[in-house]
Amino acid sequence: MTKPTREISYADALYEAAAGEMERDPSVFVFGLGVDDPKGMYGTTKDLQVRFGADRNFDTPLSEDAMTGVAIGAALAGMRPIHVHQRFDFLLLCMNQLVNVAAKWSYTFAGAVKVPIVVRSIIGRSWGQGAQHSQALHSMFMHVPGLKVVAPTTPHDAKGCMIAAIRDNNPVIFMEHRMLYGHRGVVPEESYEVPFGKARILKEGDNITIVAISHMVVESLRAASHLESVGVHAEIIDPVSLSPLDIETIVQSVSKTGRLLVVDNAWTACGASAEIISQVIERLQGKRAVQVSRMGFAPVPCPTTKPLENLFYPNARTIAARAYDVAKGSAQNWLPEGAEAKEILEFKGPF
Amino acid sequence: MLAEIDERVATLTKEAKEHAPALLSRLYRALYRIRRVEEDVARIYPTDKIKSPSHLSLGQESVSVGICEALRKSDIVFATYRSHAAYLAKGGDINRMIAELYGKEDGAARGKSGSMHLIDMSAGMMGTSAIVGSTIPLAVGYALAERMKGKDTVVVVFFGDGAMEEGVFHESLNFAALKKVPVLFVCENNTYAIHTPLHMRVPKPNFRERVEAYQIPTRLVEDGDVLTLLKETEAAVSRIRAGGGPEFFEVMTMRWLEHVGPGDDLHLNYRTKAELDSWKAKDQVKRLASMLAPTERQRVEADVESEVAAAFEFAEKSQYPADHELYEHVFHD
Repeated sequence: MTKPTREISYADALYEAAAGEMERDPSVFVFGLGVDDPKGMYGTTKDLQVRFGADRNFDTPLSEDAMTGVAIGAALAGMRPIHVHQRFDFLLLCMNQLVNVAAKWSYTFAGAVKVPIVVRSIIGRSWGQGAQHSQALHSMFMHVPGLKVVAPTTPHDAKGCMIAAIRDNNPVIFMEHRMLYGHRGVVPEESYEVPFGKARILKEGDNITIVAISHMVVESLRAASHLESVGVHAEIIDPVSLSPLDIETIVQSVSKTGRLLVVDNAWTACGASAEIISQVIERLQGKRAVQVSRMGFAPVPCPTTKPLENLFYPNARTIAARAYDVAKGSAQNWLPEGAEAKEILEFKGPF
Repeated sequence: MLAEIDERVATLTKEAKEHAPALLSRLYRALYRIRRVEEDVARIYPTDKIKSPSHLSLGQESVSVGICEALRKSDIVFATYRSHAAYLAKGGDINRMIAELYGKEDGAARGKSGSMHLIDMSAGMMGTSAIVGSTIPLAVGYALAERMKGKDTVVVVFFGDGAMEEGVFHESLNFAALKKVPVLFVCENNTYAIHTPLHMRVPKPNFRERVEAYQIPTRLVEDGDVLTLLKETEAAVSRIRAGGGPEFFEVMTMRWLEHVGPGDDLHLNYRTKAELDSWKAKDQVKRLASMLAPTERQRVEADVESEVAAAFEFAEKSQYPADHELYEHVFHD
């Protein structure tokens, strides 16, 4: 078999996954605010209504709480709904149904029922998305037993994770980043699943392990190039799925490098970075001396004005600088030259 | 008394009328069975064998019985933390219910969930929840799915008057009406949210007007009359099954005991003895008993007594779940 070479965007990969599963399984349907609008949710749902009918791709009233319950109820009846949210922030309106019902129903009824729902949650950034359109609250969901949380970064993993999420018999919080939609990558045309609980080593290196989440994977890969120029070889790990979390792959890498930097696309307090570092230390303490550090959003609500927004997020340069300090064991006051990330520079709003 | 039977039976549908004696016996069995289960739960409660907050349906039996009698086995019921009546009326397994209250492995949820989370999928009892209002959208979603699959299932969701103050109630009704899903919404209005009366919670208890604003037809049943409930439900379910869209019942009722637990609560002075007595005078268990021939009544009661006693014995003998069960069922395979 020849190696696949077709390149498509992250957004098209998501579309292809949903369309393929809807083709294969009549119990799959897609609903949520704007999923049938002319823009087709950034292309991820573009012609699903034309292809599969208005019963299987439909807009809803602005009722996130009840619509989450509707998804769960439909799942109890044997369907596999995909509920789409244009911004992750709106999931706060769904917390009761997600945490008190979806996460608990299998356990509460001792396996008598299952809740196979996919909750697509799009993280916004740039062009003034601001405090209520930029949040990534995956750690809140990682906290709750009964929920799976995935955050694919590449178009390949976007398609494979979406197919796996749809086929999973449990609620899956599917985290997407608006800034990843335009990224292109090799995506096989056939159907395939990317299994949850398996991290990817995107670049090998001996000096420091950088675990990055969602869009921060892209920035960390750029940071790794800067680091190569000063002789620091970073190993870049994308967890892909946060719950379940493949801590083994991370622990093995840190056993090798002795240094761990976790870069989250979120705040650090009580976050995924805190969890990952805790688990690594629990495994390695007494066996291996480990230097740790973490980066994430500044501990403030996200401002809209560009100069302050730039300071709010880690970027390739600040990640490289921090990794360099950790690798050298002390502050080096080194900041590489470099332009702002292409996808952010090129993004023009409003949405 | 015969005149009352004639009058009530005359209001039933033709089919129900032909089966009137059998129907009355069946209704009495269902009512008496719930009453006796609740009385025994209350009796056992002080022994601490039931380690689960139990919200007893005692006094509210007729709502579940009148409505579930009009349903098919394949129809679906969602309900609340006060759902012993709905569970039993829909045909939920009595042994598994009592074992669940005892926290035993033969319980409906292997002892993991207790009184507030009862399920029996083989009977179409799709589960109950401790969060007020949270099963309302589940019923709507279930009904939507059944229609997508081309089935003619009707879904009934029971909730209390407190749920009508939750935002999710309004969101769910709006969507149900928009999509014309086959749901019967049943508000069991016992007028108290724990100890807080309606007038402290809403400027005007005009629940049916609110629902009608969503273009959903409503009915009021004021006295908990099981035969009226049956008749109204038969008609509503047949309209809903035919594609007429959701309907809403407001059924006035009164719990006889405290909000949660086995005790009387008149000493708390949030409601009056006269109010409670007026509902006890309308007791449907007593009323249906008086409609049966004495021999039939004795036969039904003897059956129920042995069934209930056996259920408690079943629960007593069942084992607690093994330690490894703590980690089972978090995820579904």
